[in-house]
Amino acid sequence: MAGGSAGSRDVAIVSVAQSTHERAKVATNEVELIQPVIQQALEQIGATIADIGFVCSGSTDYLAGQAFSFVMTLDAVGAWPPIAESHVEMDGAWALYEAWVKIQAGHADTALVFSYGKSSPGDLPNVLSRQLDPYYYQPLWPSSVGLAGIQARAMIDGGAITERRMAEIAYASRTAAANNPFAQLRSSAAVDDLLAEPYLSDPLRRHDCAPISDGGVAVVLATGDAAARWADRPAWIRGIDHRVDGHNFGARDLTVAPSAALAGQRAGVGDDKVDVAELHAPFTHQHQMLVDAFGLGDGTDVNPSGGALAANPMMAAGLLRLGEVAGRIMSGAADRGVAHATSGHLLQQNLVAVLEGA
Amino acid sequence: MSDDRTITPLPTGLWSQPTVDTSAVADALDGTETVQRVRQPASIRYDFVPGVATTRFLKGLANKQIFGERDPLTGDVYVPPRGVCPVSAQPTTEQVELSHKGSVSSFCVVHIGFGTNAPPTPFCSALILLDGAVISLYGPIQEIPYDQVRIGMRVEAVWADDADLSPSFESIKWWRPIDEPDVAAETLKGHM
Repeated sequence: MAGGSAGSRDVAIVSVAQSTHERAKVATNEVELIQPVIQQALEQIGATIADIGFVCSGSTDYLAGQAFSFVMTLDAVGAWPPIAESHVEMDGAWALYEAWVKIQAGHADTALVFSYGKSSPGDLPNVLSRQLDPYYYQPLWPSSVGLAGIQARAMIDGGAITERRMAEIAYASRTAAANNPFAQLRSSAAVDDLLAEPYLSDPLRRHDCAPISDGGVAVVLATGDAAARWADRPAWIRGIDHRVDGHNFGARDLTVAPSAALAGQRAGVGDDKVDVAELHAPFTHQHQMLVDAFGLGDGTDVNPSGGALAANPMMAAGLLRLGEVAGRIMSGAADRGVAHATSGHLLQQNLVAVLEGA
Repeated sequence: MSDDRTITPLPTGLWSQPTVDTSAVADALDGTETVQRVRQPASIRYDFVPGVATTRFLKGLANKQIFGERDPLTGDVYVPPRGVCPVSAQPTTEQVELSHKGSVSSFCVVHIGFGTNAPPTPFCSALILLDGAVISLYGPIQEIPYDQVRIGMRVEAVWADDADLSPSFESIKWWRPIDEPDVAAETLKGHM
């Protein structure tokens, strides 16, 4: 069923590839990291760059500490002869959105979308503080974990979650990832043992935080004939929407994610059953917030990949969620799924897509 | 950035700020000045990760060797190598040791010096297409007046003293002319 942001052309994810996600890929640079991933995404459907109408990537210079770093990774696409190409300083899920719009506009029938992040060269919680408002927040150098701790505290005090429930989410995510060969954290100590650990940023313990990961992902989008040619069972994007909450943390209720809920509503999450959902929650309490925002019930398998709590390559973890849901639909394991991506601190920006097998 | 640097007032016109209506908090603001600018020094430390191919290239420089990498499909040799051929999108896996000679494919005259090892201004900064490579390296030209540098001119690398060699571009101090006839500019097209 179509949501509020269904688009007039049927567009599907027809191919997904990802790297393994590790704490630090110290040997390879970004282009060496993403090249095999892009090659696999194209090769496994028998496509070449000549078959692709539009290329869009998501990454950020702040991870590498290098201006225009994304230009260097275009070598992995084969950018000569010239290609139609764009880039977003956002998670790759937003690059997918741009490609989806490009296809809706009739400017392309196929697209390659990729994103990658090597967080290991810098100190990630500090680097992330640079995306805050430059006048009031940036000068304080608040770490991403510290800010998330404020949000978790607000949720606990408001009765929306408990530390035990948070530990249960961590445990469930990392044990689910035992089946995900690409994940970084694939096992967990028991919940009681997790709760015995010291705080990292009260009330967050280490297990409440996503790992710091280096990794990348690539997907191919196609419409019409190309989709039919490249996939037996394409993962059709039936609704996609993204929304933003205000950047001033003091001016909004941190215990809810209204932009996520609105994007989910506009994408049509609640219009039918949800077999599988992949939520981009870098912290355990945010996982709960998103489950509540989308109204996901017991019939939904949430984060079978382990989610961002099992592997969180910056700029790629959101697009990975779309890839994970698409993979389950293409394989026939699910008929209808929801993928969510976030960007910024405290679930400020949210994108939701509903994917279906028919 | 030094904290004692003078900050000039904002110019009027395009950059001027509208007057803010502060009547509601007039008492609290009594005697205060409008904030025009704030100073926010910031720095983040990164560990540079050159990657597999560029690491091989940088290690070569410490031994007075220039390593490019060849794309197996097109046969093109890239230097400095980043690991992937931008035409075929395939990994460049074959290492190729290149000549220390090349041709100036483009240049500009620099009048404002920058960097710790920049020559005195004005000097000539050039792109040098090494013999056997398909893309040009960047470096300063010395041992010739800057206004005599020309496209197609033949040059060679001048290496740092052995004690100063390191896995860095600074192992090549500069490039100097050699006694070989210029190559035709046409042959350098597409190799900048």
